[in-house]
Amino acid sequence: MTGLEIRQLRVSFDGFTAVDGVDLDVRPGDLRFLIGPNGAGKTTLVDAVTGLVKAAGSVRFGGEELLGRSVHRIARAGIGRTFQTATVFEELTVLQNLDIAAGAGRSMWTMLRRRKGVPEPVAKAMETVGLTDLADSPAGTLAHGQKQWLEIGMLLVQDVRLLLLDEPVAGMSHDERQATGSLLERISAERTVVVIEHDMDFMRSFARSVSVLHAGKVLSEGTVAEVQADPKVQEVYLGHTAAEATADVAVREA
Amino acid sequence: MNLLKSRSARAAAGFVGAAVVLFAVAPLVLSDFRLGLLAKYLCVAMVAVGICLAWGRGGLLTLGQGVFFGLGGYAMAMHLKIADAGPGNLPDFMQLYGTATELPWWWQPFANPVFALAATFLLPMAVAALLGSFIFRRRVKGAYFAILSQALAAAFAIWLIGQQATTGGTNGLTDIQGFFGYALDDPVNQRTVYFIIAAVLLLLIALARQLIQSRYGELLVAVRDSEERVRFLGYDPANVKLVAYVVAAGMAGLAGALFVPAVGIISPALIGIVPSIEFVIGAAVGGRASLVGAVLGAIAVAWAKTALSEEFPAAWTYFQGLLFIVALAFLPGGLASLATVVRRRRAAAAAEKKAAVIPVGEAA
Repeated sequence: MTGLEIRQLRVSFDGFTAVDGVDLDVRPGDLRFLIGPNGAGKTTLVDAVTGLVKAAGSVRFGGEELLGRSVHRIARAGIGRTFQTATVFEELTVLQNLDIAAGAGRSMWTMLRRRKGVPEPVAKAMETVGLTDLADSPAGTLAHGQKQWLEIGMLLVQDVRLLLLDEPVAGMSHDERQATGSLLERISAERTVVVIEHDMDFMRSFARSVSVLHAGKVLSEGTVAEVQADPKVQEVYLGHTAAEATADVAVREA
Repeated sequence: MNLLKSRSARAAAGFVGAAVVLFAVAPLVLSDFRLGLLAKYLCVAMVAVGICLAWGRGGLLTLGQGVFFGLGGYAMAMHLKIADAGPGNLPDFMQLYGTATELPWWWQPFANPVFALAATFLLPMAVAALLGSFIFRRRVKGAYFAILSQALAAAFAIWLIGQQATTGGTNGLTDIQGFFGYALDDPVNQRTVYFIIAAVLLLLIALARQLIQSRYGELLVAVRDSEERVRFLGYDPANVKLVAYVVAAGMAGLAGALFVPAVGIISPALIGIVPSIEFVIGAAVGGRASLVGAVLGAIAVAWAKTALSEEFPAAWTYFQGLLFIVALAFLPGGLASLATVVRRRRAAAAAEKKAAVIPVGEAA
């Protein structure tokens, strides 16, 4: 297992610097949460790592430099991501979605033939994300949470070593969040997982380590307790969100 | 598994049915003249098979299939013209308005029948591979791709018209007499050409079906619906699209090549912007994502063109345009999707009824 090593990462759009000299290390097998107010540069950071936007600095994964490679080559280096809105292939079935995700290394000959049965990794991933019963349903008919799970399943069969998840529990019910959280815990036993999240309860329950981004820079880093105790974080972020979280609980209890 | 079996059984039955209609019923029922027209429509249907793959499955609105149809057609016609002229002689039109005393260098390889036959599909495929790798790597898509391919069709037709001494210009290559030693004015040979065309069409449909049902076919749909997502799975979507584009070009090339002996002419007017759009209309009306829909749609629209443009030559163009817009706006899946749409409407209506009933039940 290999970790992620980001050094002096900088992304600018037309003079606006969205990511401003970020250093970030994620140990192998970590379940790292990236939090921060809107516009802190969390998604842009993931975009830069996956090759979607141009960036300066250095991003290494398992010792390999990723910056400057095309999106599909970075993906083949074992890095997978999801998006804020689940993007699955709506007209294809769950099984077809997963089979495609598993197949980037397939030979021409295999591609030109029909799929026979269910490949072993695909069956395993369906079991892991709990979609075995829905194997033949078109992905477009899945519920919102199920689509997010399908996306995570696609990353599993793709056999990525680093998962970058952009708000995976947004719009999920409480039970779905718990299920997703324990799914991420299981996955991170074998892979490195980085989660961008706004949901503080979810972060507190499942994060092994946290990085707080603010205005394109890393503001604080450590365990949940360490980050929560950091006065800088309380000032720009947690104070505000803690109030919100309390209000949330109040509403739920009412 | 059962579903798969019944699906392939249905496909096999469809193939047998189509073969019976094309090889037994049509030649019995239709006059030689009508059979000749059908041969022409089947050529259009071959182009539609490729369009079904590239546009219906791959989302590439190929508005310039005339280029590949023309490349195949001219490759075949050049060979037939050289053969008609006989050894040592120039094709008739070159003697008429050419100043050349010998065959232009790029005509010479087409004197060889094997080269010419291979060129009818390999040449369009090579051109498509070259264009496609440039277009798709630059990530040109959607309407820009459609406009670009249409511009290519226009450019190719204009170039042909400009080279009158070597391509026959506006007239094209006309008055083709023989087909590999057989006189084309003999009805028996015309009938053989029809059988060849019907057989090639069925072959291309089988090939396209295999591609659509393969893992590649699933990937192609994925690229059509979410190209970016496919890239994050580690595929290069440019290559996926390129394969569909090149295969569609090869099919259009073969169609053009077989069109020549069936009709006896290939000219810029048959491959420019208007015919390029007409190729797409048939597939759109029948159902671009469905092979059966695209093929039957292409045949039906080509037939309607003959039937209606004889009666109302001026109105046909407008009618055709209307047909295209109506199909795309109200029935994007074409006539092939009609059954599904109706079924879904009914299911939705039934669900609404049910939903309306439940609250009452709950209240009671």
